[in-house]
Amino acid sequence: MGRTNRHMIQGGFSFLTNAYLPGFLNGSIFTGPTKIACVPGLSCYSCPGALGSCPIGAMQFVLGSRDYSFSLYITGFLVTIGALSGRFTCGWLCPFGLLQDLLHKIPFRIKILTVKGDRYLRLIKYALLLVFVILFPLFVLDIAGQGEQGFCKWICPSGTIMAGWPLVAANDGIRNAIGFLFAWKNLILIALLLISIVIYRPFCRYLCPLGAIYGWFNPVALYRFHIDEASCDKCGICQNACKLNIPVFEKPNSPDCIRCNDCIHACPNGSIQKGIAGKEHPVYDSMKRIVEKEGDPV
Amino acid sequence: MDRNHRSDAVIPVALVILGILFMVFGIGRGEALLVLMKAIRICLECVGIG
Repeated sequence: MGRTNRHMIQGGFSFLTNAYLPGFLNGSIFTGPTKIACVPGLSCYSCPGALGSCPIGAMQFVLGSRDYSFSLYITGFLVTIGALSGRFTCGWLCPFGLLQDLLHKIPFRIKILTVKGDRYLRLIKYALLLVFVILFPLFVLDIAGQGEQGFCKWICPSGTIMAGWPLVAANDGIRNAIGFLFAWKNLILIALLLISIVIYRPFCRYLCPLGAIYGWFNPVALYRFHIDEASCDKCGICQNACKLNIPVFEKPNSPDCIRCNDCIHACPNGSIQKGIAGKEHPVYDSMKRIVEKEGDPV
Repeated sequence: MDRNHRSDAVIPVALVILGILFMVFGIGRGEALLVLMKAIRICLECVGIG
């Protein structure tokens, strides 16, 4: 499946999960029962069109409540999605991922594949997950004892563009209430949008706590990549094709891989295979059968 | 399918089962309703009001 089809799936899923169109006109949000369920991507539940809940927002709210210090519901959701497909959601289902994909298509003289200190910058998302998603709700409490949703409040650019912009545009009360925090969040959002033109998916790469969680599952998820060692000559074409600069031939299930499949399309030998763990890999298995039948030529 | 291939699927399948169990217990102790109550009100933090 090509890049255009992937963008169509991203767009289609983003639309389906944010399809309450009257909300955009009225400056209100959907209040139906489907919001009891989370959507897999970073899709803000205060987007006027949102039909489901954001797992990172929901996690912070449950942790910040007086009743729970651990969320079985959201942890279970994240483990289930992660164990099924790792970061597939990031590449195929996340609306903020789609926005960054489209911005990176804007022609610009400079396109940067990686930056100095990239290895360490990628660790920021784990720090944000720990501090803003977990510790803030647990320990930064208001006078009512409700924990602060640190990531939503101080950082989340998805919330700013999906909830902030349409609600500020269509809701007088909200427009009159904005101040420093809205300006701060817009600064982060606009910086990320501009950087997205030059660097592929800076938010997913360096900042997204949801991607950090799903990334842990990439090596063990049911859906994963496999390198056919017999045909791979480690030429590095896959890494050159990867806009996240992952050496796919060495780490096909890197925690940073968003499963866009660019490497699969680029490999001249067809050595990168995607599939369900436990099912046979066609090239690998055909080679294995030949070796078993005729002996190892090496 | 040989044993090596099957063993590749053991961990993710176990994790999926664990995840579903967590969700069921979470729903059972009222977390999902809490999420719903939050999600049907405008989240001021998300908007950028605080």
